[in-house]
Parts: sequence; C-alpha cells; structure tokens
Amino acid sequence: METFKSLIIILMGSVLVNNYVLSRFLGICPFLGVSKKLDQATGMGIAVTFVMLMATAVTYPIQYYVLEKNGLGYLQTIVFILVIASLVQFVEILLKKFIPALHKSLGVYLPLITTNCAVLGVTINNITDNYNFLESMVSSLGCGLGFLLAMVLFSGIRTYIDESEVPESLKGLPVTLMAASFVSLAFFGFAGIIENLFA
Amino acid sequence: MSKQNNLSVLLKGILRENPVFVLILGTCPTLATTTSVISALAMGFATMAVLICSNVFISMLRKVIPDEVRIPCYIVVIAGFVTLVQMFMHAFLPELYEMLGVYLALITVNCIILGRAEMFAGKNSVGKSALDGIGMGIGFVLALLSIATIREVLGAGSFAGIPLPILSTHKISIMTQAPGGLLVYGIMIAVVNKLTHGKVIKKKEFSCAGCPSASVCHGGCAEAKEDK
Repeated sequence: METFKSLIIILMGSVLVNNYVLSRFLGICPFLGVSKKLDQATGMGIAVTFVMLMATAVTYPIQYYVLEKNGLGYLQTIVFILVIASLVQFVEILLKKFIPALHKSLGVYLPLITTNCAVLGVTINNITDNYNFLESMVSSLGCGLGFLLAMVLFSGIRTYIDESEVPESLKGLPVTLMAASFVSLAFFGFAGIIENLFA
Repeated sequence: MSKQNNLSVLLKGILRENPVFVLILGTCPTLATTTSVISALAMGFATMAVLICSNVFISMLRKVIPDEVRIPCYIVVIAGFVTLVQMFMHAFLPELYEMLGVYLALITVNCIILGRAEMFAGKNSVGKSALDGIGMGIGFVLALLSIATIREVLGAGSFAGIPLPILSTHKISIMTQAPGGLLVYGIMIAVVNKLTHGKVIKKKEFSCAGCPSASVCHGGCAEAKEDK
C-alpha cells in the first residue's frame, strides 16, 4: 500500500505540480509550435508520452547495468541522446511497417521528438532522483501526461488568441508566451495537492 | 549563402540575428535558468563554450560527414562537448554545477547549437564558424543576462545576489517563478519586435512552417530536405 501511495504521489506530482512544460520549461519548443490545433496537440502529446516511456524503459537498465557497472557514468549524456535518437527512428520504422494507421497520425511528430529536451530531461531526472524502475516508469508516464494536458489545454486557448485583435508588435509569439504564462499561473493552484493527497 | 565578411559574421549573432530574441532558439534554457543573474551567466557561458567548440569541430568535419547521417553526427559531437563542460564544471565550479543541474546536460538538445551546426558550421569555413559561434554565444549570454536582470531585480530584489534597497523589501516573487519567465520573455520579444518594426516576424522565412519557435530542432530532422 505504501508503494502504491508513493507511486500515486509521483504521478500526481509530475502531472500537475512539477508539470514539465509549465513549471520546468522542458519541451517549450513543441509546446509553442504544435499547439495550434487540438488534434495536432493531442497527437504530439501522445507521441511524447509514448517515447518517454520507451526511453525510460531502455535508458534505466543501461544506466545501472552497463554504465555504472563499468564506471562509465560520465558518458550518460552521450549514450542517452543516442539511445533516444535511435529509439525514435526504430519506433517510426516499426509503426510504418506494422501499424500504418497510427504511423499516419503520429509519424510526423516522431522525428521532432529526438531533440525534445523533455525526453532527455525525464530520463536524466529519473536517474538523479534515485527512482527505482517502477517509479521511473510512473514518473515518465506522469511527465508525458502532464505534457499532453498542457498541450491540449493550451491549444484551446490558442484558438481564442488567433481570433482576437492583438497589437501589432505582440502578434504571434509574444502574446502566445504571455498566454502560456497565465496557464502556468493557473497550475500554481495545484501546489499543495501532494501534501494533502492522503491526509 | 553569399560571401559575408568576418566582422558581420561576428556581429550578426549579437543583434541582427540574436538567437534568443530574433531566431527564437533555445527557449527552454532561456526560461529555466534566468531566475538569477548568476545562473543565467553560468548557463550562457557554458552554452557559448559548447557552441564555439562544436561549430569549429563540425566545420572541420563538414567534408567527412555524409549528408544523410549528419544530424546524428552533429548530436554526438555536441553531446561530447557538453560532457566535457559538465566534467569541467563539476570539478572546478561545483556550486554552479549543482545550480544548473539537469539543464547543463540539456545543452545537448539546445536548438541554438544544433541550429548553428545545421545552418552555418556545416557550410562554412572553420574560421567563420568560430566567429559565428562567438557572436551567437555573446548574443545568447546578453539575452539571458537581460531577461535574468529583469527577473532577479523585480522578483528577488537583488542583482547577482547583492540586495538592492527598497526593492528587496518589495519583492514580486512571481517573477522568479515559471509564469514570470514566460511573461518577461514575451514582453522582451514584443519590445524587440517594436524596435525592429516587425523585422523579426519577417525573419521567420528561414524557419520551419509548422513551428514558430524551434526552427531548427525540427528543420534539423524533419524538414531539412526542403531547404535544399
């Protein structure tokens, strides 16, 4: 029961409180770039969640059974980014071959994920936070879902921004960033949720 | 790319093609590390070091690297230099190493570095690439410094850790937190837009269609072939 509680706390914490996009600023690029339409935002969010889970499942054993066993911990950054890059390619090829329908909807987002800092960030954070394998997977799931949530919420706001009259110099990115700032402010409301979850 | 003289290569990164305010690259570290002037400077110089080294190295290898696999090659070179900087900082500047945490490793996926490799170093001579790296690096440091100054002065009432009179008792603490970062960055881009009379928006022509910010994260992999 205790482990279950701690897993729920990790999940809620990474979805709401430490939302990767809105409070840790990881993955801002796709957040601003692909959030124009709801279906694109959802597709990107699901693709990122999927790749985060895969990447964690692969990098965790590599870190503990290959790198640390051989005293190569300092190669973490290089190895992780290569693993993520090749994993994304691999997933894309597999999807294309076996599930063409899914590839059609998610495929375009996959190459963009290689250089998404949220994926590298979550794999490194799982190691620095000393999570065990199960906790790492839950935390990656939470980060992915948090990313999806932020994308979907923000795509709704984007449609309103696009329709409204904005001063000339605020058009485009500036007003989008300011709107993101208010969404991020709204997420502050979740700050106390973890402490009182099982109180 | 037409012939450019060395001075303009150096200077364009600082103002005309400032990576943060005009090219809108590297948004993640820009927002995450500008909570204080010290961490912004540390991040800026760490990125600058990686940028110069990787630009020079990639420019030297530009005839050796096959075109099809250039992005993975660039990433390996960049990750190598990031690891060097990480080890260096861990050994000599442990406090800054702790302060930057995961963002130091994330220099690897900073769009500025991959972007300059793709847009400049892969096509130009070693000397010019070094100058481009220095110029872009200085532009990045200055941009981070300006955002961090606003955020730290208003949010923590201090500058580089030194408390300022009056302001230190009237903090707007939201400025050092996540929403403040997005807000200040948005306002800064709007100001640059205003000063350059919308040139920034026109600059978008060499970024990807689907993405206003990370032109080259994406250009690097998905749409790079369209450029040719």
